Amino acid sequence: MTKSYLSIEQVDKSFARTGSTTEVLRKVSLGVEKGEFISIIGHSGCGKSTLLNIVAGLTDATSGAVLLDGGLVDSPGPDRAVVFQNHSLLPWLTVYENVRLAVNKVFGRSRSAAERHEWTLRNLELVQMTHALDKRPSEISGGMKQRVGIARALAMEPKVLLLDEPFGALDALTRAHLQDQVMQIHATLGNTVLMITHDVDEAVLLSDRIVMMTNGPAARIGEICEVRLPRPRRRVELVSDPTYLRCRSAVLKFLYDRHRLVEAA
Amino acid sequence: MQHSTAVKATPAPRAAAPVSATPAAASAAPAAAPATVVALATPGRRAAAAAAGSLRRGLSNLATSVLPPLFTLAVLVAVWEVVCSAPGSSLPAPSAVLVNSWDLIVDPFFDNGGIDKGLFWHLLASLQRVAVGYAIAAVAGVALGVLVGQSVWAMRGLDPIFQVLRTVPPLAWLPLSLAAFRDGQPSAIFVIFITAVWPIIINTAVGVRNIPDDYRNVARVLRLNAVEYVYTIMIPSAAPYIFTGLRIGIGLSWLAIVAAEMLIGGVGIGFFIWDAWNSSLISDIILALIYVGVVGFLLDRVVATVARIVTRGTANT
Ligand SMILES: Nc1ncnc2c1ncn2[C@@H]1O[C@H](COP(=O)(O)OP(=O)(O)O)[C@@H](O)[C@H]1O
Ligand SMILES: [Mg+2]
Repeated sequence: MTKSYLSIEQVDKSFARTGSTTEVLRKVSLGVEKGEFISIIGHSGCGKSTLLNIVAGLTDATSGAVLLDGGLVDSPGPDRAVVFQNHSLLPWLTVYENVRLAVNKVFGRSRSAAERHEWTLRNLELVQMTHALDKRPSEISGGMKQRVGIARALAMEPKVLLLDEPFGALDALTRAHLQDQVMQIHATLGNTVLMITHDVDEAVLLSDRIVMMTNGPAARIGEICEVRLPRPRRRVELVSDPTYLRCRSAVLKFLYDRHRLVEAA
Repeated sequence: MQHSTAVKATPAPRAAAPVSATPAAASAAPAAAPATVVALATPGRRAAAAAAGSLRRGLSNLATSVLPPLFTLAVLVAVWEVVCSAPGSSLPAPSAVLVNSWDLIVDPFFDNGGIDKGLFWHLLASLQRVAVGYAIAAVAGVALGVLVGQSVWAMRGLDPIFQVLRTVPPLAWLPLSLAAFRDGQPSAIFVIFITAVWPIIINTAVGVRNIPDDYRNVARVLRLNAVEYVYTIMIPSAAPYIFTGLRIGIGLSWLAIVAAEMLIGGVGIGFFIWDAWNSSLISDIILALIYVGVVGFLLDRVVATVARIVTRGTANT
């Protein structure tokens, strides 16, 4: 059997606190093909961010391994660019500078200053943020910050784009707008994307496959739903599409029937 | 636990931090004012009305921030005048100060050689000592603060020692530094340094320790090296804390220089006061105190203004 482009193999993760250890992930395995768009969905606290951080190299797995394009992931790097939930732009830099910092770091040797400038602008163009180049993060809206965060990640030309609930903090309309932009970018650039979400519609709309995680502790992958919808997808047309509805109800059933979050009362 | 000692010692970095404008300026701005005027104006006149409105707002800002302290000052001076005009008063009234110290007031720039100089020269000498000592304290304080904030082992090793040393009163260092340097000038500078350096170290360390994980993660994904990390992430992120330390430091420096100069002699506002006391020139002392207060206030404002410009955008995300 040939290895996938991104391969998560038998990953376990436990956090050791003084005295006790919590097992967060148990034997998580997943293969992602090049150009695939994967969503990870699961209840809050089940370990989605932990899994994403392991792929990013920001957190070490307790056991198991992550392989990307044949290489072992053992530290963070720009080939696995992360868009964090709370944008994490550097507030003392402008929109342009935030992206330029990443471009300089990744292409400092291989491209001239003029080329890096061009490339910075090109990526901000992709997310339609060229009107606010000299604004600081505090001067733009939450949706714009996320777009700049996405531009910064795209500018690194990552092998995998890792998105941790990128639209979680946004209102529904801004969210829909950004989802469309991400679909557009994915269609244009063909990135491999791993996205965490807790929004079922978002998962079905954007993904090729939806990975559903069971509740923690010791969460694992419960089910994987393949979304066989042709692209480009339009949200309005999908509302009554049988495939769309089937996927949607499969995810909903998984989340709210079989793996309902049991609140510790 | 180790954290708590440092944080406690810190004069409230966040509360004191970037110290936005003056409270008066922030709370002023009566919002309702121009609205009624504009409502009836034709569009053509609207701009003019708006301009007039903003001018008026500016003036009223000025009034609310400047008039109250002026009023308080007038009352204080009046009370002082009344109390100290009584026969047998041990201190001069303001009118007496004006008369007695008139030469010093009208000409701060004379220079008769030795220590017989105008107040400008005394203040300048003091400011020079503060500038050197404070500059060294700022550089060393930020560097040590970064070390202590960044490295757990540096903190474990250094923090307890800092916590003990910082409680030593500034003047207690003076005899020791006179013994070491055998000269007044470097000793005074050393006292300034040792006074100002602690709050800078402690606040910088707190700022570095409080760098959000998100920024650290950005640095890790980008694979910033140590130098890039310090300049692009650490210093900007910790800047509000660093400036809190710098602001406390400049205040303490100015407190310490006056006391230190009283002991080391020579040109300087501290020795000027001591000399005036020895010559029973109480009016001159009062005049010098006013200068010391005003200069101290200006030093604080300068650091606060620099802080506001430099940390613009850092405070809110
Ligand atoms: N650094 C850590 N130390 C200890 N426990 C952690 C740490 N990070 C996450 N956890 C725990 O792991 C679990 C999963 O967290 P997370 O991956 O953030 O969940 P999700 O992103 O799915 O909401 C939570 O119970 C959380 O408390
Ligand atoms: Mg999460």
